[in-house]
Amino acid sequence: MQSKISIKDLDFFYGKEQALFNISLEIPEHEVVAFIGPSGCGKSTFLRTLNRMNDTIPIASVSGQVIIDGKDIYAPGTDVVALRRKVGMVFQKSNPFPKSIFENVAYGIRINGIHSDREDMNRRVEKALRDAALWDEVKDRLTTSAFGLSGGQQQRLCIARALAVQPDVILMDEPASALDPIATQKIEELVVELKKDYTIVIVTHNMQQAARVSDRTAFFMLGKLIEYNPTQKMFTNPDEKLTEDYITGRFG
Amino acid sequence: MTEAATVHSKRRITNLVMTSLTAICAVFATTVLLIILGFIAYQGISSISWEFLTDTPKPVGEGGGIGNAIVGSAMMTLLAAIIGLPVGIAAGVYLAEFGKNWYGNTIRFIADTLIGVPSIIIGIFIYTVVVMPMGRQSGLAGGLALAIIMIPIVARTTEEMINLVPNSMREGALALGAPQWRVSWNIVLPAAMSGIATGAMLAIARITGETAPLLFTALNSRFYNFYYDQPMSSLTVQIYNFATGPFEVEHAMAWAATLLLVGFILFINIIVRYLTRKKH
Repeated sequence: MQSKISIKDLDFFYGKEQALFNISLEIPEHEVVAFIGPSGCGKSTFLRTLNRMNDTIPIASVSGQVIIDGKDIYAPGTDVVALRRKVGMVFQKSNPFPKSIFENVAYGIRINGIHSDREDMNRRVEKALRDAALWDEVKDRLTTSAFGLSGGQQQRLCIARALAVQPDVILMDEPASALDPIATQKIEELVVELKKDYTIVIVTHNMQQAARVSDRTAFFMLGKLIEYNPTQKMFTNPDEKLTEDYITGRFG
Repeated sequence: MTEAATVHSKRRITNLVMTSLTAICAVFATTVLLIILGFIAYQGISSISWEFLTDTPKPVGEGGGIGNAIVGSAMMTLLAAIIGLPVGIAAGVYLAEFGKNWYGNTIRFIADTLIGVPSIIIGIFIYTVVVMPMGRQSGLAGGLALAIIMIPIVARTTEEMINLVPNSMREGALALGAPQWRVSWNIVLPAAMSGIATGAMLAIARITGETAPLLFTALNSRFYNFYYDQPMSSLTVQIYNFATGPFEVEHAMAWAATLLLVGFILFINIIVRYLTRKKH
């Protein structure tokens, strides 16, 4: 198995409080890896170490290694801006910019200078919206405000926005937790579809969702990685008693 | 049962009394404002004429107007806005986006103190550092004094408006590989723009009504003056001069000028209300 991301002995602190303990994990290319675990177990924090989003928290500190494509992203001199372009992120709550639908998708393309001309820009925006399965719903109102879209559409717009900058990896932090079942289903189908071109890491509270979309699942508790196995095995015959208890709903 | 009923009715009465009390206070507060506005309108409206709006002050009994004061106020407010808005907004952006450290806290404390400083002290300061070296009062000195009053107000409102922009929006842009300055410049600032514009308008309304900082800085002038290096008239100082004069005609002109000034401030506030209503 070809590792896209390999995490070695990662510790994470909020000030003096340790939030992640000695985590090591391999994430293969073109697979979907789900992080599950009770609230506050550190799965979101861990996800955010993979694109250094925690850098925005002044008191946060990290030790250990996160190696993406052979390079430690916490090595001194790492270009965080370039890293985040390569490792895109979709957030729990959809967060479109106060701009038009078109401009929301165009923003990342523009700041990274990916497009060659206006026509190329239009083409890229359309492709991103198609890939996010949103194009047909918005093609006639690209210039209207993104806030006019429904919750599910906004979330797919945020996915389109992330896809538009051509990342290798997409991190998703409970992307469907605020959506209704139909919108959730669309996002899940999308995740499976996107796997062909991207490596996807998804945090979810929804066990069925993890079972449906992921190839591997990691179970976290109290900042520790309890078990990491192929999803099939995890949900039928887990190695750890704790995993079984959590999955079967004995606590959580 | 009866005891419970008594407690219940006692509570209801207390509630009624307190609600009435606050309602009466609210009526009192707005009535005072309405009386002031009505009185100003009543006293001032009769003296407003084309001559009054365009002419310069003349010796008592020969009519005259406050055209030069209107121009002076406009010019000094403009100068203050040209200096005060960019500096104030930039400082506010810094405080909100990068100012979560001792330096930011110091700036914030100084800005708050400056907002509380009586405006005449700003006037004395400008008198010392601008008027004395130049050897005379000027529109420049007046505009600078107003700018100094404006900057901390604009900075703090800008900071507050930017803080209202949800953090998720910043993270969304950062996650696309946007450098911090671009996030501030083309995501956060536009999102906060209507609030910042509101703050800017209110700051302009505030400085248009300032008298004390102009007294020793811009002084006054009986003539139209379009040069910033000369003493300049302003509505507020002109009102002060008219009102302290001995003649009834001057008092009438003071009322008319007051009406004009209050009307302008009211106009700005109405625009602000309109701008903010459209948002929600």
